[in-house]
Amino acid sequence: MLGKLSWAAIPFDQPIPMIASLMVILTMLAVLLLVTWKGWWPYLWSEWITSVDHKRIGVMYILLALVMLVRGFTDAIMMRSQLALAAGGAQGYLPPEHYNQIFSAHGTIMIFFVAMTFMVGLMNFVVPLQLGIRDVAFPVLNSVSFWLTAAGVLLVNMSLVIGEFARTGWLVYPPLSELAYSPGVGVDYYLWALQISGAGTLLSGINLTTTILKLRAPGMGYMRMPIFCWTALASNLLIVAAFPILTATFAMLLLDRYLGFHFFTNEAGGNAMMYINLIWAWGHPEVYILILPAFGVFSEVIATFSGKSLFGYRSMVIATMAICVLSFMVWLHHFFTMGAGADINGFFGIMTMIIAVPTGVKVFNWLFTLYGGRLRFDAPVYWALGFMVTFVVGGMTGVLLAIPPADFVLHNSLFLVAHFHNVIIGGVLFGAFAGYTFWFPKAFGFKLDERIGKAIFWCWFIGFYLAFMPLYVLGLMGATRRMQHYDVAGWQPLMLVALVGAIVILTGIVLTGVQLVVSIRTRDQRRDLTGDPWDGRTLEWSTPSPPPAWNYAVLPSVDGLDAYWEAKKSPKSRLQNDPEPETISVPRNSPIGFVLAFFAVMAGFALIWHIWWMAIAGLIGALMTILAHAWRVSDEVEYIVESEASRAAI
Amino acid sequence: MAESIETTEDQEAGAPRVAGGSWQGYLIGLVFAIILTLASFWVAGTDMIWGPGVPILLAVLAIAQMGVHLVFFLHISSAPDSLNNILALAFGVFVVALVVFGSMIIMANLNANMMSMPELMNMQR
Repeated sequence: MLGKLSWAAIPFDQPIPMIASLMVILTMLAVLLLVTWKGWWPYLWSEWITSVDHKRIGVMYILLALVMLVRGFTDAIMMRSQLALAAGGAQGYLPPEHYNQIFSAHGTIMIFFVAMTFMVGLMNFVVPLQLGIRDVAFPVLNSVSFWLTAAGVLLVNMSLVIGEFARTGWLVYPPLSELAYSPGVGVDYYLWALQISGAGTLLSGINLTTTILKLRAPGMGYMRMPIFCWTALASNLLIVAAFPILTATFAMLLLDRYLGFHFFTNEAGGNAMMYINLIWAWGHPEVYILILPAFGVFSEVIATFSGKSLFGYRSMVIATMAICVLSFMVWLHHFFTMGAGADINGFFGIMTMIIAVPTGVKVFNWLFTLYGGRLRFDAPVYWALGFMVTFVVGGMTGVLLAIPPADFVLHNSLFLVAHFHNVIIGGVLFGAFAGYTFWFPKAFGFKLDERIGKAIFWCWFIGFYLAFMPLYVLGLMGATRRMQHYDVAGWQPLMLVALVGAIVILTGIVLTGVQLVVSIRTRDQRRDLTGDPWDGRTLEWSTPSPPPAWNYAVLPSVDGLDAYWEAKKSPKSRLQNDPEPETISVPRNSPIGFVLAFFAVMAGFALIWHIWWMAIAGLIGALMTILAHAWRVSDEVEYIVESEASRAAI
Repeated sequence: MAESIETTEDQEAGAPRVAGGSWQGYLIGLVFAIILTLASFWVAGTDMIWGPGVPILLAVLAIAQMGVHLVFFLHISSAPDSLNNILALAFGVFVVALVVFGSMIIMANLNANMMSMPELMNMQR
């Protein structure tokens, strides 16, 4: 009746996961009770949960990412404190099988549910506003994408309480992840959570690609698009091209685990290297999916706060698209040491070095944009400058690792761990926070607290260097990744420094919460009444803050790059040259995303625990939801706002 | 690009959203597709063609079939408004080719420095 599920699935005998899950459950119950007690359900349901407004969905994505950042960071600080303790003969406080789950969950959560979710959220919020349009191409699909991502998040978090998570590292390499060596539900939790959220990401990629290619304000040709839209286009093209590879690879592993296939097993002609090859054919584009939007954020931030147009816009576009194509030609560098010959390793090593060239072009473009500008030192600029320093260091160690002989020495060491945290924290996460601080006033109508914002930056910046520079050294000394304890007592001082760094970062994360609370409480003093708090250059700053549901009462007419800046500077150029009153069709709210995600969680959970009747019920429910949605009448699709009314609303 | 914003209007009118989708076009495409399919079956079964040439002819017919599908059913043309479709197709074909041929080359080369998995497992026994 309940498949493999029984009371034994709940880890009553392990205090740490029990306490953690109790805390999570109590917090969730407290939030739900508060919402019920205050009577906020109708508001939440009609304004957020069923909303198809790209701005609301973007905000929800970012909120989800911030929550998961806390979860992922909890794993990180547990690992750092374990390694600070477990030197010499000591074993620390985490047993190996629990430690394995923690580093697997940390990687999975940070990449898929923090970095990815944050970037998709930023793109969702900003791209339609920057393009001067009213919504994305498929607003309801957008809501479905978000809720499928949330479904994946829920499944990953359920593994904390019910059962276990994968112990196999964040990419579940076979044959370890095959049924013979991982008979538990951990790998199944991983696979189904990522299949569901991966489908959401793919849909979101299709949606944003279509939006950028097909829907732009009148007059906005490709070479007049803001640079963030270009990086979003490249990133979403990569999503569309790369995520099917991930889905297919996971599907093959699922067939191995559920139906006795032999794609990646040791026996019966399976080949585990095929999995590693395919997963990195997705995995390398994935890191560029994450970093390209961050490059876009920094381009916008640096141009805005320097008061200059971006240096070398064309070269920036070419560099972005070159990275988009090149990112598909370097994937073997993730497994140089797994048996390939010198020719293949040499080719992929050189390709990896070549991809650093367009990235270098971008760094020089940012430097030349700063040169001769009047830089205003607001919080987003701190992140941008911190990024330029940190990311160049990370890029350098990346080029070092691209040399196959060097990789033979450094692979699987803490040097590698330090390298990819260097580019992901110094690049993606700094970019996410720069974008969060930069566009927050647009989303909510008031600025975040500047002083705390700068303190958050310093915590992350100093904390990052303290936490990861020791890991470079430890890696060169021979410390491997994923180790639960070590015999060399001489490593302990550096491990302690790394722990201090993690604690400094923790301060930054706590301050992020403090900043939100303080800013909301003092929002009346920090209101942005102009809609243009930073003296911006692109179209999103021409709308009021927060923008109305339809963004633009009259679609702006664009006659150049930096359209809003030009409109502000010259009286001749007008954004709105169409005074004709227009009717605006606004898409209606739809609960389909939420309902579909409910059935997806149901089916995913049932498949993990082999509860076949419930899996079938979940799949039928999802199918019925889609069919019901397809038979909507036109009144349920959108409503009409008269232009005069919309202007009055502004 | 400006006119494409108003895509909602022809949805309401119930008109097909694809450009150039007349039923004659679909019919011609269907006839071509059937001919090519039948030709493939005939080629596979006949002895009128030199044996080693059969796979090549089948590949040619398969590519022609793909072309028919792209032109008549997916409406890929050289018209200026389908530039996006052509670029998307080219990007897709490029990535698929890269992953397929890249994987083949890599997998063929992977055991250059290692013995294969079955040999390794046999050694352990």
